[in-house]
Amino acid sequence: MNAEAKTIEERQAALKGLGTSRKRVEDARFTQGKGNYVDDIKMPDMLFGDFVRSQHPHAYVKSIDTSAALEVPGVIAVLTAKDLEPLGLHWMPTLAGDKQMVLADGKVLFQGQEVAFVIAEDRYIAADAVDLVKVEYEPLQPLVDPFKAELPDAPILREDIADAKEGAHGARRHPNHIFTWEQGDKDATESILSSAPVVAEEMVYYHRTHPCPLETCGAVASMDKVNGKLTLWGTFQAPHVVRTVASLLSGIAEHNIRVVSPDIGGGFGNKVGVYPGYVCAIVASIVTGKPVKWVEDRMENLSSTAFARDYWMQGKIAATPEGKILGLWCHTTADHGAFDACADPTKYPAGFMNICTGSYDIPTAYLAVDGIYTNKAPGGVAYRCSFRVTEAAYFIERMVEVLAIKLNMDAAELRRINFIKKEQFPYQSALGWEYDSGDYHTAWDKALAAVNYKGLREEQAKQVQAFKAGETRTLMGIGLCHFTEIVGAGPVKNCDLLGMGMFDSCEIRIHPTGSAIARLGTISQGQGHATTFAQILASEIGISADDITIEEGDTDTAPYGLGTYGSRSTPVAGAATAMAGRKIRAKAQMIAAYLLEVHDNDVEWEVDRFVVKGAPERFKTMKEVAFASYTQAIPGVEPGLEAVSYYDPPNMTYPFGAYICVMDINVDTGETDIRQFYALDDCGTRINPMIIEGQVHGGLTEALAIALGQEIAYDELGNIKTGSLMDFFIPTSWETPDYVTDFTETPSPHHPIGAKGVGESPNVGGVPAFSNAINDAFKAFGLTHTHMPHDHWRVWKTANDLGMHA
Amino acid sequence: MIPGRFDYHQPESLAAAVTLLSELGDDARVIAGGHSLIPMMKLRLAMPEHLIDLKAIGDLKHITVADGVVSIGAMTTQAELIGSAALADAAPIVKETALQIADPQIRYQGTIGGNVANGDPGNDMPALMQCLDASFTLSGPNGQREVRAREFYEAAYFTTRDDLEILTRVTFAAHGGGYAYEKQKRKIGDYATAAAAVLLSKGADGACSSASIAMTNLADTPIYCEEASSAMIGAGIDATSIETAVKSCLECIEPVDDNRGPAEFKKHAAGMVLKRAIDSAWSRA
Ligand SMILES: Cc1cc2nc3c(=O)[nH]c(=O)nc-3n(C[C@H](O)[C@H](O)[C@H](O)COP(=O)(O)OP(=O)(O)OC[C@H]3O[C@@H](n4cnc5c(N)ncnc54)[C@H](O)[C@@H]3O)c2cc1C
Repeated sequence: MNAEAKTIEERQAALKGLGTSRKRVEDARFTQGKGNYVDDIKMPDMLFGDFVRSQHPHAYVKSIDTSAALEVPGVIAVLTAKDLEPLGLHWMPTLAGDKQMVLADGKVLFQGQEVAFVIAEDRYIAADAVDLVKVEYEPLQPLVDPFKAELPDAPILREDIADAKEGAHGARRHPNHIFTWEQGDKDATESILSSAPVVAEEMVYYHRTHPCPLETCGAVASMDKVNGKLTLWGTFQAPHVVRTVASLLSGIAEHNIRVVSPDIGGGFGNKVGVYPGYVCAIVASIVTGKPVKWVEDRMENLSSTAFARDYWMQGKIAATPEGKILGLWCHTTADHGAFDACADPTKYPAGFMNICTGSYDIPTAYLAVDGIYTNKAPGGVAYRCSFRVTEAAYFIERMVEVLAIKLNMDAAELRRINFIKKEQFPYQSALGWEYDSGDYHTAWDKALAAVNYKGLREEQAKQVQAFKAGETRTLMGIGLCHFTEIVGAGPVKNCDLLGMGMFDSCEIRIHPTGSAIARLGTISQGQGHATTFAQILASEIGISADDITIEEGDTDTAPYGLGTYGSRSTPVAGAATAMAGRKIRAKAQMIAAYLLEVHDNDVEWEVDRFVVKGAPERFKTMKEVAFASYTQAIPGVEPGLEAVSYYDPPNMTYPFGAYICVMDINVDTGETDIRQFYALDDCGTRINPMIIEGQVHGGLTEALAIALGQEIAYDELGNIKTGSLMDFFIPTSWETPDYVTDFTETPSPHHPIGAKGVGESPNVGGVPAFSNAINDAFKAFGLTHTHMPHDHWRVWKTANDLGMHA
Repeated sequence: MIPGRFDYHQPESLAAAVTLLSELGDDARVIAGGHSLIPMMKLRLAMPEHLIDLKAIGDLKHITVADGVVSIGAMTTQAELIGSAALADAAPIVKETALQIADPQIRYQGTIGGNVANGDPGNDMPALMQCLDASFTLSGPNGQREVRAREFYEAAYFTTRDDLEILTRVTFAAHGGGYAYEKQKRKIGDYATAAAAVLLSKGADGACSSASIAMTNLADTPIYCEEASSAMIGAGIDATSIETAVKSCLECIEPVDDNRGPAEFKKHAAGMVLKRAIDSAWSRA
């Protein structure tokens, strides 16, 4: 190859760096069934674990008889809380500062709770033996409705902490109360509410749902008794944190634990926490000296590992008659289930719910969140969003619509007059955040123009007339949403998981022949890190992305990081990658200058090489520098070309977007048809437009599922009603509409390459857009708000309640 | 989601299968496509100790049309029903229905015999068979007998088939005229919220000369709407007669509350689906 003959543009393109729609390097193995997931791991003598689970939502466990199970040939052991107690492992700490039973310790608190762990030679024997474990229960009154948790006759769920007046997040006012979290100025907000000319009020419920990744949770634990090393493969979105927790819990020194996240088939927050199955697999391997595999099935995944949402958000919004928002008040009742196992940074028991002022310049605001225990599965994870950001976005985007109705104003216009203006950034929000950058008006106008918003409203008005004249039974809904996210947790000074600061890391080695490997503290679950991180690096160090291997997930080799969730990989590990790349370049510059026999400052960087200033024919490519770094003795410079960077972000990033959904709704059958969906995302600098588009499509489809039917529902006795894919809605390609994607590009001022993260935006912004379309369709018939999920019968019921079937 | 232990048998003739079933009795179940049975076994709601697979019995897989009579072997898959040109010609409503069952993967496995023998009120073929006035042929230790689809279903998962009998084929007369199978469901792969099979023919005078209506998943058995069907015959089909027919059908159904919605909604949806089916069938008559 004759490098010199190429133009700068050609050399630039050859790097496949930032802005290139490079094909995903992961897909060759995924599309050929050559991925390597936890359940693909097979080891000699491997045993299998399976859980006996509670059918009762709330009961005392009177006795557990394992004798019949132990008689089954091939059953090795059955663990109960009594066996784990001497090790101090019958309970485990949660990320939210609570503790959770690993195996039922005297009582069960939700249907599907882990009661005993059967260890057998194969998973079929284990399943048979599970059926033979006899558990005697004494059923107790279940608590399903969080609003009844503090009534005088409410059963007390957590007897272990019934008397604790203080929890991890301050005072508890009742045994079923977990915390109260307050942000903003209560008095000022209430005073505005009492004096404002217009106040709109609504209860906005974001129902309980579940991330439901294609691959369920699982682990293989292998304790090597000869060298004292524990290896743990598992579905971990944060493998290093798992290693530290495993060390602290088990007493095994951290260097003797290796945690590996192999290929992960989707996480969406479901794989951030630590589950009883992991702990039991580890204990079982330590006890038996053999590798032990535990993989949950779909129904176990839906009914016992982390759910998402379940926020009852009571809102009040005050405005002038012209529509200028004056204040926002929100009280949230958060149903956390039986244990507080939310996966949030330690100091944020309600995550970043205080981003609920959204894209608007709201001068005064107040938020209070009360966490409540109920007899439901624990969780409360960030299902494809940064901590509680979807709840916040849904809340404010519904409240703005509700206010528009009260003001009799167009909801698009109401948004426009309240957006934070471009020149107000960095913007200090009333609830404590500093928004880094944004240009909401430009994005909004582009979106409205793209869908011909005015034309749509005219068409809708005609449709309403036709409906009222009895000419049609179909309504048209226009769902608007302008969302602002807060992602990239986060600055170590206020963000940690179990005390570990939420920095992230990248370590780069350039090989002598000019290719490279980079390892990161994050772990891809489908986001395409192997593709995009190589692109970031390619642009920084002038080596083609095709020549850079990205490796994550093995704690023995990867630098310490806090993992992948909350759209933090690009904002934090991506920044670390760029910074590590810059360290490489700084050293390379010294080497190049030496090779070119000029002073360090007399060379300058150009795409993939250092060029002598004023003498463009004299240069050294990064490839040449790499070779020299291993082959020549360069005075004052260590051999080799490596760098590591640990990046503590100065701030979060604030991606935003404008989404519009147009829907046709049959009021008689409740069926909905998405006619059009336009999604404009601004995620700052765009690393790989094709991956962005793929992420947006995937996230929108999840949003569609959530808005239109996906839920974890319990009956009034605490039985889970939607515990299988028969009823838990996962859209197929058939239910998925065409999406039109678009973008504006407002870089983050504090991120090394200006990138903000995008993977979660479509879930955050999509849900309000779909839900607003439904609500909007019925607006002309007197509806202010109807709760999700908008499945057929609930849409029908909305119409029925409005008298539309008379 | 792991079934209990079972032994697997694969007899090569119907006689051998019948004998095996008689010998093994209550502990045995026949398996066809397995797409209703295996999910039940994984939930351990069904725990047969023996599975008798019918797939090696060649005689059970056929579609023939002769003298206006359609005969379909029990082991014919839903995909084969969709792919048969002869069937599309003789009874196009079968293809229309089969295309609304589950998804292509399931239709490659699921059989007509399993679908009608299963007795799940959610299955689509039973109502269709009632609409077509089909007969099921059953073979057991005491020989062979025919049962009309309209007399086959007793309650959810209970049919007049004896546990020791194997359903070998379904037969029905080719239908002329207009037809429709309409189904409301939450998503692809879902059972019906409400569904209706309708056959209507138009006489020379423009009136309805024959009518047959049956409904799916709106009671614990498929519902053949005899009164509504016969009331339509001889009358013209217009908005009023459709409304009368729908009303009459809705009186036969007893939907129950579930995750698809409360009974009240299902009744409403059933009315909509029925109306759509009647409109469509009449427009094709
Ligand atoms: C996700 C999913 C969605 C589905 N959606 C639909 C749907 O929308 N509509 C629908 O109609 N079906 C649906 N089905 C069911 C599917 O069509 C089944 O394949 C069908 O109901 C049963 O046929 P089978 O051949 O698989 O029978 P099997 O599962 O093998 O058997 C079912 C039952 O019938 C008995 N049986 C089978 N064959 C015979 C025989 N010849 N004689 C006597 N007894 C017999 C078996 O012992 C068993 O009890 C769905 C299935 C799945 C998994």
